[in-house]
Amino acid sequence: MATADIHITEETHHDGHEHDHDHHGNFWTTYVFSTDHKMIAKQFLISGIFWALIGGILSVIFRLQLGFPEAQLDWLKPVLGEWITPEGKLDPEFYLALVTMHGTIMVFFVLTAGLSGTFANFLIPLQIGARDMASGFMNMLSYWFFFVSSVIMFTSLFIETGPASGGWVIYPPLSALPQAMNGSGLGMTLWLVAMALFIVSSLLGGINYIATVINLRTKGMSFSKLPLSIWALFLTAVIGLLSFPVLFAAALLLIFDRSFGTSFYLSDIYINGEALPNQGGSPVLFQHLFWFLGHPEVYIVLLPALGITSEVIATNSRKPIFGYKAMVGSILFIAILSFVVWAHHMFVSGMNPFLGSVFMLLTLIIAVPSAVKVFNYLTTLWRGNLRFTPAMLFSIGLVSFFISGGLTGIFLGNSAIDIQLHDTYFVVAHFHLVMGSASFFGMLAGIYHWFPKMFGRMMDAKLGYIHFWLTFVGVYMVFFPMHYIGIAGYPRRYYSFTNYDVFNSFSDLNMLVSIAAIVTLAAQFIFLFNFFYSMFRGRRASANPWQSNTLEWTTPIEPGHGNWPGEIPTVYRWPYDYSKPGAKEDFIPQHIPFSMTPESNLPHENDLIKLEGDNDVEVVKVDEKK
Amino acid sequence: MNIMTSDLKLVEEPKKPLAMDPKKFALWLFIITVVMVFAALTSAYIVRQAEGNWMVFELPVEMWLTTATIFLSSITMHWAYLEAKKDNLERVKLALGITTLLGILFLVGQFYIWGVLVERQVYFVGNPSGSFLYVISGLHGLHIVSGVIFLIIVLISTFKYKVHSKKLSQIQMCATYWHFLDVLWIYLFVFLLLNH
Repeated sequence: MATADIHITEETHHDGHEHDHDHHGNFWTTYVFSTDHKMIAKQFLISGIFWALIGGILSVIFRLQLGFPEAQLDWLKPVLGEWITPEGKLDPEFYLALVTMHGTIMVFFVLTAGLSGTFANFLIPLQIGARDMASGFMNMLSYWFFFVSSVIMFTSLFIETGPASGGWVIYPPLSALPQAMNGSGLGMTLWLVAMALFIVSSLLGGINYIATVINLRTKGMSFSKLPLSIWALFLTAVIGLLSFPVLFAAALLLIFDRSFGTSFYLSDIYINGEALPNQGGSPVLFQHLFWFLGHPEVYIVLLPALGITSEVIATNSRKPIFGYKAMVGSILFIAILSFVVWAHHMFVSGMNPFLGSVFMLLTLIIAVPSAVKVFNYLTTLWRGNLRFTPAMLFSIGLVSFFISGGLTGIFLGNSAIDIQLHDTYFVVAHFHLVMGSASFFGMLAGIYHWFPKMFGRMMDAKLGYIHFWLTFVGVYMVFFPMHYIGIAGYPRRYYSFTNYDVFNSFSDLNMLVSIAAIVTLAAQFIFLFNFFYSMFRGRRASANPWQSNTLEWTTPIEPGHGNWPGEIPTVYRWPYDYSKPGAKEDFIPQHIPFSMTPESNLPHENDLIKLEGDNDVEVVKVDEKK
Repeated sequence: MNIMTSDLKLVEEPKKPLAMDPKKFALWLFIITVVMVFAALTSAYIVRQAEGNWMVFELPVEMWLTTATIFLSSITMHWAYLEAKKDNLERVKLALGITTLLGILFLVGQFYIWGVLVERQVYFVGNPSGSFLYVISGLHGLHIVSGVIFLIIVLISTFKYKVHSKKLSQIQMCATYWHFLDVLWIYLFVFLLLNH
């Protein structure tokens, strides 16, 4: 059996190698319907950047309403048309559509597809030493499902009744009844169709990532030598594989309720005094199903960013990552816990309070692995030879957001305090810092760090610094004040607060938040310019510009299909041999055998040298074990 | 000694630490996603049932027959696989043909059961207890359709002599998927028997 299987894998391997020599396709096969993981990663990246821009612009439009409720918005008429009322105000229903689409786009299209899609595709084969993904075709399908999903979601922004407006969590009955609001009509249908395709795309991608990490690692690349970025992306894919089907089930039942008249989520509803025929449904059931995906989704968004950060911080501190095993363990622990805390989103839904305290306990336990990660980041930075590249700054920014946003999570996870804070701007501040901004910074760190590998050129560092400081200060200016507004009881998703005297004292704070949001969005154009300018005109990159240890830097500067022109390098050591005492340089890449570094080897590493020779030696070793 | 040499071979080519065909592996991952969809639906069923206002009705007896059909098809599927290992291609064709027919028979039976349910005033639109039954059996049926298509593909490649003892990977995957769908239905059936 074992031998038969080996031959199959050998065959596929050979195919990949042949591909490497005759890959000169035309424009369509190279740039559009490509099966090369690097091109697919770039496709995800560009789509993600496009969506981030759309999501950011939507947020600035509703921030205009919140910060300047009296302002005349007539000048937006050429873009928004009828969504600006004749009095020059934002249409209240469109406001709801804006927050809904901002959430949907940012969570799914930018931070799931844009982040995981880009870096899992790009880094997994390059860092584990594989020629491509397990199935290049499925990988291509994954992108094109995402693309079709994107087109449908984008189209929904322009239909007459507006896009989905019931919040990105699409709670029924609001989302189930077209009578409830304009957005629950065609907009919601398009939302569901787009998300169904999105789930298919995520699952195709996830199956590929897992199969690749498990089956296609190069010789010597054991799980204990995997870079932490791969660990994070791998477990992210596992979480997605387990949670997205549940969202699919939830959405399926919602589709039946909307279009076929079933009553899974609907019961006892009166519209204009008339009772609907739907009886016996349960809206809380939807919340359970939704948050069973929804909470793991938070970690689907965050874990890749944390993995990228581990990599960037270790490289630019010139120090081994502190507590590699603890890092892996905490990712694993977070991944497991992410499935048993979903009901902390539902403390005030009328759920059994006893159940609430169980979920509260489980939720607070997440603070432990999160704190382990923060501690390890800080101890890696501690007394390192820090190199403040833009990627490093964004990674440190991520750690900062992870701390400040994580602390408020301890308040929110408490079911008693949540009664006051639920659905206020405090929640908005919390998740925008810990999940939104942190993941966004992780994504930016990844782009700055791996741009040379993606495009063979360097991004401009000075523009990167300006981008970082404007964004970093901007994010805190936007989200820090929201904590105060939220504690005061300011609920999220409200169109206007000018009718309440209580909230008048916060109008200047809201104005500050809006101005900061506009400045932060404007700062992103510096990045966009840097990104596209450097892609064509940037300084040529060297083979290993950050002097990093991982395998992707052993490929040619612009790797072709198949990644390594010759044999795939063998891995001998873990990826964090930075500043090893006695070593000639302050980094020793993973493919350097211990026999070449006698000056820096530890005693047990010297013992490994004799296993590095030809394969026969290794066979003997296994025999001894048996 | 034979086992020893195959072990040694594994070590000589350590490039694939877990030497599994990536396609087979991907199939297993796909099976996990299907398990999660049905786990979500059946747990939603339990959560919803616990809230009361739940219409109770007897499952049609015909369901025992369809369950027997799909169980039988699993046996013939295994028979096909065993014959493929022995290169008895004629019997492989026969066994795969029977399996396909049983699969289609199962689908027809499930559709007939929907008709029986409608006669008994259990509708898709109405109390969720009925709706759940339609959704669960319908979604399973959809997977059976995909399984039947897979069976037909394998049957065609058998006719083209592409399935034999040296090339078992396709029929193995088909068998895995088909057995899974069988076990999935038995789980769903027992679940419905216990919780209807």
